Amino acid sequence: MNFRRLQSFFHKEFLHILRDRRTLLILFGMPLAQVLLFGFVLSNEIKDTNIAVLDQSKDVESIALTNKLASSGYFHVALMLQSADQLEPAFRSGTIKMAVVFPPQFGKQLTHDGSAALQIIGDASDPNTATTLIQYAQGIVFNYGREKASSQASTGPVIAVQTRMQYNPEQKAVFTFVPGVITLILMLVSAMMTSITIAREKELGTMEVLLVSPLQPLEIILGKTSPYLLLSLLSTVVVIMLSMTIFGMPMRGSVLLLALECILYTFVALSLGIFISTRANDQMGAMFMSALGLLMPTMLLSGFIFPRESMPWALQVIGYAIPATWFNPIVKGVMIKGIGLEVLWPQTLVLLGMALFFLVLSLRNFKDRLE
Amino acid sequence: MLLDPNSAPQSIIAVHQLTKKFGDFTAVDAISFEVRRGEIFGFLGANGAGKTTALKMLTGLLKPTSGSANVTNFDVVRYPDKVKQRIGYMSQKFSLYEDLTVRENIRLYGGIYGLSNARIKDKTAQMLAKLSLEDQANALVGSLPLGWRQKLAFTVALLHEPGVVFLDEPTSGVDPLTRRQFWDLIYEAAHQGVTLMVTTHYMDEAEYCDRVSIMVDGQIKVLDTPRNVKNQLQATSMDEAFRILARPQNTAS
Repeated sequence: MNFRRLQSFFHKEFLHILRDRRTLLILFGMPLAQVLLFGFVLSNEIKDTNIAVLDQSKDVESIALTNKLASSGYFHVALMLQSADQLEPAFRSGTIKMAVVFPPQFGKQLTHDGSAALQIIGDASDPNTATTLIQYAQGIVFNYGREKASSQASTGPVIAVQTRMQYNPEQKAVFTFVPGVITLILMLVSAMMTSITIAREKELGTMEVLLVSPLQPLEIILGKTSPYLLLSLLSTVVVIMLSMTIFGMPMRGSVLLLALECILYTFVALSLGIFISTRANDQMGAMFMSALGLLMPTMLLSGFIFPRESMPWALQVIGYAIPATWFNPIVKGVMIKGIGLEVLWPQTLVLLGMALFFLVLSLRNFKDRLE
Repeated sequence: MLLDPNSAPQSIIAVHQLTKKFGDFTAVDAISFEVRRGEIFGFLGANGAGKTTALKMLTGLLKPTSGSANVTNFDVVRYPDKVKQRIGYMSQKFSLYEDLTVRENIRLYGGIYGLSNARIKDKTAQMLAKLSLEDQANALVGSLPLGWRQKLAFTVALLHEPGVVFLDEPTSGVDPLTRRQFWDLIYEAAHQGVTLMVTTHYMDEAEYCDRVSIMVDGQIKVLDTPRNVKNQLQATSMDEAFRILARPQNTAS
């Protein structure tokens, strides 16, 4: 290991990065765009959603219930419909996402018979939102019914359910997305960019010149990876600061622990990147291999977007082999729950194992390929 | 120039029974030759004849299956680091970074070969003057014409004053005038005592070499001065000589 050689190499690598707009964009533009998108646009939060009410009863009960819905904060009654054929156009035009239909005699049936039916229609062209909206509306209707029942003190015991959303009481979507974005960025930048930059040297023929020079293989790998290690960590810091200042993301656990875990995970990603670069002969190949082999699984199978619990058995097993599956809970745990190694040691241990395994594998592969 | 068999201490490259096998396939089949200091040695052969594999063994990129090779008086297998510090290399693919300026490229290779900053500065000024590139010092290498880039790449390969420079098809794709200028640089380096081992596709360039070897099927079929090679094969040009030797292989494949 020769410091002077390494220093020259670092300098060159930084110049490459600074002169390539695409690289800079992927390093900093993409993470920022993702956090802002996930934070503002892709939120799962229900707030003032436009709904329509078709009240064919127009009595005390239906009006009271409509007011309950309107004052919940989740819904905004945008339309009061007069007949059922107005429903379809309202959904089609996109004015409303949900409609509540009170049948005639709603109040009378409720007070006299002790039960009444009403209909809630959701716009299931977006099933996730529709399900959430209907659940919220059902909750409000259910509560209203229970209040009525208890005020009349008529029938049987009533179970009062009190819910509390621990760690994220406002159910902010950004709380789950920020750890996901960090997981994704570190994998993207470290693995994909490293594999591409090494493949580029092979493609251009400069790798041969480097290998003939006194540079050791380990020096080439260090020189190639360390700039990306530094920049991806910097990018992570920016993402975390942004999410804390703009979206109020908490940092309940140890910053030091989070930093160390990020570095550990980055090592796993870097070794994967080196491994890919030994297999791919050009930049395109490296890009496809890392996009299909690393990014897609990281996004789809690690539990970042889709819950792992609901996946088929086989996909869950594949998920165990993905570093992000282990890293994502660490980021969430440290930032949101404020837990430390006393809980997260199994995940950390798995990542450590993966880092060692892939590092040895990729170093060996890198050397073999030169033979 | 006659090759004296007792000139071993003077030879800067000494190859003995060098062999490389990939499984059952013998890419380089027990070749032996010596190259003297300051010599321009043409290393010819059709694609797949084994010259690239041989070059890779001489530059320490590949380990020989058997045999030995001494470059700059060091065994390439036992002292690869000593050899690497003392050789230069330029490939047919472009060896410099196009997104770096002329000055930055020089600085990079100077750093990799362990030159001091002061020395890099001196060398940079010398090189720029020699190539009349002073005005382009801070231009991106990618913006220079191909001919200039190849000349610059060669000069950068000489930066750390290596004893031997390996040139792997350095002039492919370059116009005839620039090729001529490139060879002037090669002569100049040889004159200063640098040994040059050149592979090329251009047979007219083979005539510029002090000695040439032609490889066929992993073996060196002929090794002599261009004139003697032509006499030996009763050819009027190196091009013809090359075709006479390479023909059996062509019909076989």
